[in-house]
Amino acid sequence: MSVDTATVKRVANLARIAVTEDDVSRMTGQLNAILGFVEQLNEVNVEGVEPMTSVTPMAMKKRQDVVTDGDKVADIVANAPTTEENFFVVPKVVE
Amino acid sequence: MTDLTALTIAEARDQLKAKAITATELTGAYLQAIENANEALNAYIVTTPEKALEMAKASDARLAAGNGGALEGIPLGIKDLFGTEGVHTQAASHILDGFKPHYESTVTANLWADGAVMLGKLNMDEFAMGSSNESSYYGPVKNPWRAKGSNVDLVPGGSSGGSAAAVAARLCAGATATDTGGSIRQPAAFTGTVGIKPTYGRCSRWGIVAFASSLDQAGPIARDVRDAAILLRSMASVDAKDTTSVDIAVPDYEAVIGKPLAGIKIGIPKEYRVDGMPEEIEKLWQQGISWLKDAGATIVDISLPHTKYALPAYYIVAPAEASSNLARYDGVRYGLRVPGKDIVDMYENTRAKGFGEEVKRRIMIGTYVLSAGYYDAYYLQAQKVRTLIKKDFEDAFHAGVDAILTPATPSAAFGIADQEMNSDPVKMYLNDIFTVTVNMAGLPGIAVPAGLDSRGLPLGLQLIGRPFDEETLFQTAYVIEQAAGKFNAPKWW
Repeated sequence: MSVDTATVKRVANLARIAVTEDDVSRMTGQLNAILGFVEQLNEVNVEGVEPMTSVTPMAMKKRQDVVTDGDKVADIVANAPTTEENFFVVPKVVE
Repeated sequence: MTDLTALTIAEARDQLKAKAITATELTGAYLQAIENANEALNAYIVTTPEKALEMAKASDARLAAGNGGALEGIPLGIKDLFGTEGVHTQAASHILDGFKPHYESTVTANLWADGAVMLGKLNMDEFAMGSSNESSYYGPVKNPWRAKGSNVDLVPGGSSGGSAAAVAARLCAGATATDTGGSIRQPAAFTGTVGIKPTYGRCSRWGIVAFASSLDQAGPIARDVRDAAILLRSMASVDAKDTTSVDIAVPDYEAVIGKPLAGIKIGIPKEYRVDGMPEEIEKLWQQGISWLKDAGATIVDISLPHTKYALPAYYIVAPAEASSNLARYDGVRYGLRVPGKDIVDMYENTRAKGFGEEVKRRIMIGTYVLSAGYYDAYYLQAQKVRTLIKKDFEDAFHAGVDAILTPATPSAAFGIADQEMNSDPVKMYLNDIFTVTVNMAGLPGIAVPAGLDSRGLPLGLQLIGRPFDEETLFQTAYVIEQAAGKFNAPKWW
């Protein structure tokens, strides 16, 4: 399978990355090179093979459903580019 | 006075304990070495001299009181991927501009609890994506090694290029690193250092910037096998904060060093003899085989038939996980924000400016293979192939093999801005052809220096072990180290 420029633009939009026309043509070539490389996986007979979900044979650990952390609003917003009264500030979403 | 930076961790530990040197002197020697060398090598992104000297002073007090920890007073460099409280943590990316976490990663917290001293944060490929350390927002790291009679700058490998270069140039006693597809073992091989990626689940991933969560593992890069064993014992732990941390007690890895190899069976996989592999690598591999045989190990030929599919499967699984993990960088909660006409425009501008080329490429691949209509063809297929890759190893271990010996990399270090590597991403990805299988199967792997090529550049061998059997790797790697000797980069910087 290979991608065209329209697909690359759509994927960039899904990934929320702004791209220029130059970016799109360069990325199209590079993505096709990578997709061409991974194509060989189709040779492998995977009939009856379970997809891997965990490399270690273990059940996921579950902790007690209790509050163990919190009261650190200042820590949480400390690295945000824009905050106001312990809120993250974003551009207006709803008119 | 002897150069304190020449001491291994084991040597420094003994001298500190005997009060022949102080942690403050040792830390001062490293800070001076960094100041002299970092402009040339670019191994450190930031240094933390005040914090280092403060920690060293506390270590000296504990040593004087006779209650020093396992790494008391040992100065270490920390890869920029590890969250370090109040200190630059950006995964060498622009998108985490100014980020200083209000928490400490479990691995680094373990090191400080054992008395280690932090010298600063080490350069790396952006978000650990790369095999040459050239994708860093902070510029490439130079390998302390150069070919004989040449002044051409070489890459230190990646993504833990800063860690490997700093250890090889003696700008720290040891370093933390991480490995998703070879990012500890490939730079270790390129710099004549020892690097171990432990079993998935051995070191906690908590507080480490995530790249591909089912593959990421932390481990040390060190000057020799013993030092790597000492560091891993401190880094590894059972951690309730990481749901994939495995409940197995951490053994004393150092205790197996020097244990004879009698009764150990080493497998040699024929699939690792790849087309176009330099003859020198093949020779090195044969040399390794005969060293282990001489030391009493039994050598058997084995087959790992799905080896060639590990790298293509990796380039679906890792970007898929990365595209999901890196979705959090949106200009809202931390790091860079580039304004836009609305919120989506702000996201898109922030991510376009904040991520470098390689990171964008992998997010794009990951987004594509997970998108509607392609998930089964790519992602599901890759995860099935991954099951087969793991089964290959299980079959070999089931047949009695204790460890597998392979080359660590298909070549020695290449030049910075190498035309061929940089024009073709797939060519760059092939650097990890021998290491990536280990991540796909969650196994431990160690790279140990085994010789120099005809140009005088270091080459490494890799040993792959059973899950949670890092001990056999240290035991066997030490035999190779004893036979090969240690390799130091002639100082030019």
